[in-house]
Amino acid sequence: MQFAILVNESPYQHQAADSAYHFAKAAIAMGHRVPRVFFYMDGVHNANRLQEPQQDDRNIVQRWSQLAADHDVDLVVCVAAALRRGVKDEILAPGFRISGLGQLVEIGIEADRLVTFGD
Amino acid sequence: MLHTVNKSPLQTRDLDSCLLHLEAQSAESRLLLIEDGVYGALAAAPSATTLSDLANQGRLYVLGPDLSARGVAPEALIAGAEIVDYEGFVQLIVDYGPHQAWV
Amino acid sequence: MNDEFDEDAASTIKRFMFVNRKAPHGTIYALEALEVVLISAAFDQDVSLAFLDDGVLQLRKGQDAKAIEMKNFAPTYRALEGYDIEKLYVERESLEARGMTADDLVVPVEVVDRARMSALMSEQDVIMSF
Repeated sequence: MQFAILVNESPYQHQAADSAYHFAKAAIAMGHRVPRVFFYMDGVHNANRLQEPQQDDRNIVQRWSQLAADHDVDLVVCVAAALRRGVKDEILAPGFRISGLGQLVEIGIEADRLVTFGD
Repeated sequence: MLHTVNKSPLQTRDLDSCLLHLEAQSAESRLLLIEDGVYGALAAAPSATTLSDLANQGRLYVLGPDLSARGVAPEALIAGAEIVDYEGFVQLIVDYGPHQAWV
Repeated sequence: MNDEFDEDAASTIKRFMFVNRKAPHGTIYALEALEVVLISAAFDQDVSLAFLDDGVLQLRKGQDAKAIEMKNFAPTYRALEGYDIEKLYVERESLEARGMTADDLVVPVEVVDRARMSALMSEQDVIMSF
């Protein structure tokens, strides 16, 4: 099955990004596909490669990049939400790209399920 | 339909609203409590009566990793709530269809 | 991969419901939900909007956000009809709990009771909740 995932909250502040990641990992481990994760509203902060969490903490941004590299997951950041928050191409972590909201609707149509993680 | 609630019912009304709507749906709808939502399954919480009905019908699930993280032992939960891991979460969405997040 | 998506997207019509449960202005969710609704119009899907709990407050007449320098987006709901988005469902119990009726809303809607709203939700293929 194909799972599209929507993430609406920033990393570290809220568990939503962690829950979304663990869900995606589990789905892939079970043999499902996660063609796209869409980051909206404060969720766009998940794409900022300048983040430096402390050594003993998980690196949420790197985790997403690794997932994209290992399993061909398209990480899409909403352009309007990103620009409003200063998230631009030059600070995107590997695997992320900035695009429009149409990418969310499109994957909602294409995937078998859309799973939402928010506040 | 697979509903998730991610906030404590002692703090917000999201679980209450979800339950009121779930009651009117067919037995094919299921509820999974995640994140702070897992506190809703505490036997001592005011949501226990309604959730017990759901649990007795085999329609209530709680995300285990979120329970453990919060120090909530399974014995503190209402009877009949099924504890699942993330793969169980995925399987619930496979089996019961569209996801509705009561965020 | 993307080509394959595009072909499928052209042939599939899904029932999309946007579930609005939050009040406007205090957080950005209501405004951003409306942005997705507007974009969805371009995909020729079967789109509906549900307003329940504090979400009914998004449609309240007389909103004026000038003094807080925020966007007054309530009038945009009236523009949805022009995008062929005509299914706006508002839950009666949520209106009543806030002392409101359909007359207090900026746009014509279908007021439904909670049981009907629950049934509508369970008929969807995709639910977007913000």
